[in-house]
Amino acid sequence: MDLRFPLAEPTEAERAAIDAVVGAPGNGNGRVVRGDRHRRHLLLPSLRAAQRRVGWVSEGALGYASRRLDVPPADTYGVASFYALLALDERPAEVLHVCTDLACALAGAEVPDGAHPSPCLGLCERAPASLRTVAGEAPREIQLPETGPPLPQAGEDGLRLLRRIGAGLDPTSLDDYRAHGGYASLTRALELGPEGVRREVSESKLLGRGGAAFPTGTKWEAVARQEASPHYLVCNADESEPGTFKDRVLMESDPFALVEAMTIAAYATGCERGFVYVRAEYPLAHERLEGAFAQARAAGLLGDDVAGAGFAFDIELRIGAGAYVCGEETALFQSIEGYRGEPRNKPPFPVEVGLFGRPTVVNNVETLFNVLDVVAEGGAAYARTGTEGSTGTRLFCLSGHVERPGLYEVPFGTTLRALLDRAGARPAKAVLLGGAAGSFLRPDQLDLELTFEAARAAGATLGSGVVIVYDESADLVAAVLRIAEFFRDESCGQCVPCRVGTVRQEEALHRLASGATLGNELETLQDLAQVMRDASICGLGQTAANAVQSAISNLDVLVPGGAAP
Amino acid sequence: MLGAGGGTSSYEEVREAADLIVLWGSNAREAHPIWFHHALKAVHRGAKLIVVDPRRTTSAQWADLWLGIDVGTDIALANAVGREIIHAGLVNEEFVGRATEGFEAYRESVEPWTLEEAERVTGVPADAIRELAHAYATAERAQLCWTLGITEHHNGVDNVFSLINLALLTGHVGRYGAGLQPLRGQNNVQGGGDMGALPNKLPGFGDVENDADRARFEAVWGVEIPPRNGLHLTGMFEAMEHGDLRALYVIGENPAQSEADQGRTRRLLSGLDHLVVQDIFLTKTAELADVVLPASATGSEVDGTVTSSERRIQLVRKALDPPGEARDDIEIVYELGRRLGYDLGSPKPEDVWNELRSLSAAHRGMSYARLEELGGIQWPCPDETHPGEQFLHGRLWDPVVAKRAPFTPVVDDPPVDVLDGEFPLRLTTGRRLESYNTGVQSGGFSSPLHRNGSALRLAPEDGARYGVADGGRARVVSRRGEVETGVVYDETLRPGLAFMNLHFPDEVETNVLTIDATDPKSGTAEFKATAIRVEALA
Amino acid sequence: MSAVSVSAPKKVVELTVDGKAVRVTDGATILDACKRAGIETPTLCYGDTLTPVNVCRVCVVELEGSRTLVPSCSRKVEDGMVVSTDSERVRTSRRLVMELLDSSVDLSLAPDAQRYLADYDAKPERFGPDAATVAQEVKVDNDLYVRDYSKCILCYRCVEACGVDHQNTFAIHVAGRGFGAHISTELDVPLPDSACVYCGNCIAVCPTGALMFKSEHDMRADGSWDESRQEVVQTVCSFCGVGCNLELHVQDGDIVTVSSPDDHDVTRGNLCVKGRFGFQYVQSRG
Repeated sequence: MDLRFPLAEPTEAERAAIDAVVGAPGNGNGRVVRGDRHRRHLLLPSLRAAQRRVGWVSEGALGYASRRLDVPPADTYGVASFYALLALDERPAEVLHVCTDLACALAGAEVPDGAHPSPCLGLCERAPASLRTVAGEAPREIQLPETGPPLPQAGEDGLRLLRRIGAGLDPTSLDDYRAHGGYASLTRALELGPEGVRREVSESKLLGRGGAAFPTGTKWEAVARQEASPHYLVCNADESEPGTFKDRVLMESDPFALVEAMTIAAYATGCERGFVYVRAEYPLAHERLEGAFAQARAAGLLGDDVAGAGFAFDIELRIGAGAYVCGEETALFQSIEGYRGEPRNKPPFPVEVGLFGRPTVVNNVETLFNVLDVVAEGGAAYARTGTEGSTGTRLFCLSGHVERPGLYEVPFGTTLRALLDRAGARPAKAVLLGGAAGSFLRPDQLDLELTFEAARAAGATLGSGVVIVYDESADLVAAVLRIAEFFRDESCGQCVPCRVGTVRQEEALHRLASGATLGNELETLQDLAQVMRDASICGLGQTAANAVQSAISNLDVLVPGGAAP
Repeated sequence: MLGAGGGTSSYEEVREAADLIVLWGSNAREAHPIWFHHALKAVHRGAKLIVVDPRRTTSAQWADLWLGIDVGTDIALANAVGREIIHAGLVNEEFVGRATEGFEAYRESVEPWTLEEAERVTGVPADAIRELAHAYATAERAQLCWTLGITEHHNGVDNVFSLINLALLTGHVGRYGAGLQPLRGQNNVQGGGDMGALPNKLPGFGDVENDADRARFEAVWGVEIPPRNGLHLTGMFEAMEHGDLRALYVIGENPAQSEADQGRTRRLLSGLDHLVVQDIFLTKTAELADVVLPASATGSEVDGTVTSSERRIQLVRKALDPPGEARDDIEIVYELGRRLGYDLGSPKPEDVWNELRSLSAAHRGMSYARLEELGGIQWPCPDETHPGEQFLHGRLWDPVVAKRAPFTPVVDDPPVDVLDGEFPLRLTTGRRLESYNTGVQSGGFSSPLHRNGSALRLAPEDGARYGVADGGRARVVSRRGEVETGVVYDETLRPGLAFMNLHFPDEVETNVLTIDATDPKSGTAEFKATAIRVEALA
Repeated sequence: MSAVSVSAPKKVVELTVDGKAVRVTDGATILDACKRAGIETPTLCYGDTLTPVNVCRVCVVELEGSRTLVPSCSRKVEDGMVVSTDSERVRTSRRLVMELLDSSVDLSLAPDAQRYLADYDAKPERFGPDAATVAQEVKVDNDLYVRDYSKCILCYRCVEACGVDHQNTFAIHVAGRGFGAHISTELDVPLPDSACVYCGNCIAVCPTGALMFKSEHDMRADGSWDESRQEVVQTVCSFCGVGCNLELHVQDGDIVTVSSPDDHDVTRGNLCVKGRFGFQYVQSRG
């Protein structure tokens, strides 16, 4: 491409940081140059590397990344300016990001001078939480507090997804993983063959755990059948729904399980390459996963000939840069490919046209963990847990006004009230179920059976398994305003209903909260909810009004003349 | 070329069908930007692009493969490509056997051109030459496109033949999607030639020296047409030199700034007994004239037709009145005609066109009404039911080919202006996106792209060698003259190669430096290869 | 090896739109089907010569079996589809889209948008006088065209025209995120410092006048711009040999702007800097 690169030169440090990602520059021989247009997917890693080295993304770094990867500078700027964690203004090397989101607000989060407010960091069980980023020659990110409460159900019988974690697994050791039964599922999968594995998964009626609850077997079957190649496997570990931290716990504490599960998924669907896209704010998960990949490779469990079974599969870690919308699968593809994280229109669906335009399996971390048991015990056996419409167990993230916050595993069909009791929830005036994209439930709605079908029937959603408890002292108005602010901030900006709708929603709520109303706010909010739900491109816009509307209609929050906040 | 004087293929074929596009001596990205859109659509659907050019131009930056040949070594490269295709067994034997003649002589002529020998002469690595050869021969539908990089040489016509030979070798001509495209530089240079504004041609592709062709015109025009070819532009200047040509009537051309070896050009024009210039601006040529006839701008002030690079005739329409005393060019001609004793009447453009149609079979079916209705028609279009011919030479794919296409063996002949100790740097000239030829039309609007337009462009290493800074000034000297100019460093040039354009002659008269070594067959000068030295100025 | 091109015949698809059976070729969109059925569908970001991005969402229709409304400009037809273009859900969404846009963007020079505001009885004032807008200074940084992003609806058309759909120069892209997303060069440098080649292909596709010839901008500012006195003459460019068709917009004997027909096979509405802006040489009188 005939691109112009008029920007400033990079510093030596920036050049080195970017070269470490993209490789050393070759020597053109001045006579023959071959075009190579396919390196754009290294753009986000390059920008992240530059930022981690010097604390921000300078004009020189932007220009150098553009030049090395043959990306138009205007595009690079468009990408860099999309992500909240990439700074285009000079910053100090150390920055503190303080979470001001739902659970941390309940725990009294305060943002000191010089620190930046942050959306949910996925550390809700240890609220109030923050993330310190340190740039330099040895860059690092530290999740604070560094440790949290122990796994509430540790040592309990009946744990499946949390079985090994509950039994004190060493997450840095392949041997320990094996000692806990690890890689038995892969052995079984190889006996079943790819079709057999898919059959078991279909029989298990396993539904996706990322929030969309799509039948996993159907998805795998669709990709396996695609003639276009290659096929890709993507694990969506972006986990940015406020109140969610289940995938974080799984990746930090049982990373080999993810590797094994992805290997089985790849085997069953004909993928040679897998990606785990993890949000930037999970540095410990990055470390644990890279460690697991390396050990698995060394043991021949990833690579050209996995377990000697004659198929190739390897996994790459891809790290986000602060964009909730990148948890939407097509936005995730865009992000990996080096573009702004803007969701694509569906159809076509990822099973046909996904990452790099190829057939792609996208699965949530928790979904993949379930595959291990599905394969080990068979789909029919797996389906005997839970209910007819929701098989297996489900992870729930309890936070807010509870005595024992943390990650819980219960069979589908457990009531919300039973779960709240286990977590020691204080008497609640409201429970947020499903995250910011979920809905507020009243105290009299807490006998809800935790299944996909029951939630749907009640006009609610399990979402990503978030359960935040608001006791009598909680400021629900603040929570609703925060949710509106969250969606407005995280909107990618592509489509009118969401880009402008989330702004108008927040404006209307503030008018209601301050009392300086125009007199039409409830009707406006309802219309906004309808157009966002009906006409937004992706799930972010489609769910941006859910919690707000549920607070208004279920709890009379912000309703003029309604219940006190 | 192959019997017709136009590109063989339509833009649509480039856009929709070609799987390989070779740009040889063309910087279409800047000189034919909207044609390049069609090429890019092809690239986006998976077609390959190969660019042959001494500079790594913006066109080359889109290529899958760029070959940076030394200036004036195109025949060496083309012959090596031909030889490689033959030796690799990739010749389209069926096509060559049925539709061509002269293959054996061609094969002999290219035999010395091994990849290694071509590397030595062109500077391009052997494996790149091999890659070009194999890509071209194995493509399903290849378009071979060129412009002034091929034709602005003292052996420009031979350069063209060397490319045609490759198309004949591989059968990439005469069928949908494959062909040969000389991209025409001016909006009606194709039309000008088609209409007989050439010393050896009658309108509609007749030959002056063909008795039957002349007779057809003589019958309609009622005059005797001299049975000898006239002089092309270079021939005219030679005749001026010898005192055989003493008066000149110049229409819409600015030789005082566009001709090579300006010093000589100006001297000869000034020495004429009588110079008449018909133009829309008082150009440098017009300033030398005895009589200036102010004319109208094609494209906005007249009705008529023009012919594009894909042989498409389209209507131009009058949108404005010409200013002041300026008049329509057709009107000027028939008014002059009347005063010179030949009454052409007072035809409107459509009348002239209809006369042309009656005399030119290729244009017969193109009434103004049909041109209007169809938005343009490609020649040949023999009657009013014919849609126009999308691609040429389909007859080469007939089971029996009556008139076979000839291979034309050609010999490599390096540029005339040789490099030596006194003039060690190769200057090549070319064009820029925002400007047009001598800048008469394009100097009229202001854009940020014009910035630094007139500067000499040097490889940074040469800037250092000659002690000229990026943004500095230099004196540029050739065997014919010298100019002073700004200097800009340019990384797309390799050491030993410099670049200037001709667009800002009032600032920098590039053509003072260039050599008027012309191809006797075409009359085009070797603008692409000048020998210079660069002297830093304070 | 055949001398002519032969492509396979296309299958015909039958669907129902507002109760009427419509037949279109496979590969057509629901928008095409609506056109075939004589149903007018509002569009803003859709362009005949551009890849649909379906971001404005004003063209949405109801599709039986789909939880959300679907953008008709990009959704390909399938046999048996049942589409409603005039349901309550559709009318509400279209009205809201127009209200949201008009309350945040200056749509005064977007005639299509003005029509939709009226057609759908939009009331943008409902969001109050303090509703956030994208109002900002006009960017005038060269002599050829201006950028007034107060009028930008983020339809992405200019990005596409400058990008892979046509020009492939990539001088501009969307920067920022959410409501702050905006069209920008790298680091928002002025156009003369950017990769812009002044082809004007972005101006040609802008539906709101956010991108405008400087000549038009200046004439509007001094009150002399009058489209009712303008004649459009189609001719051929006087520069290189490609043969691009130009539409010269002439007011009182002066060329004021230049465009090219979208359906002209050579240009598809695109020009280069010379064809687009190189008309001044004709204007010099005396």
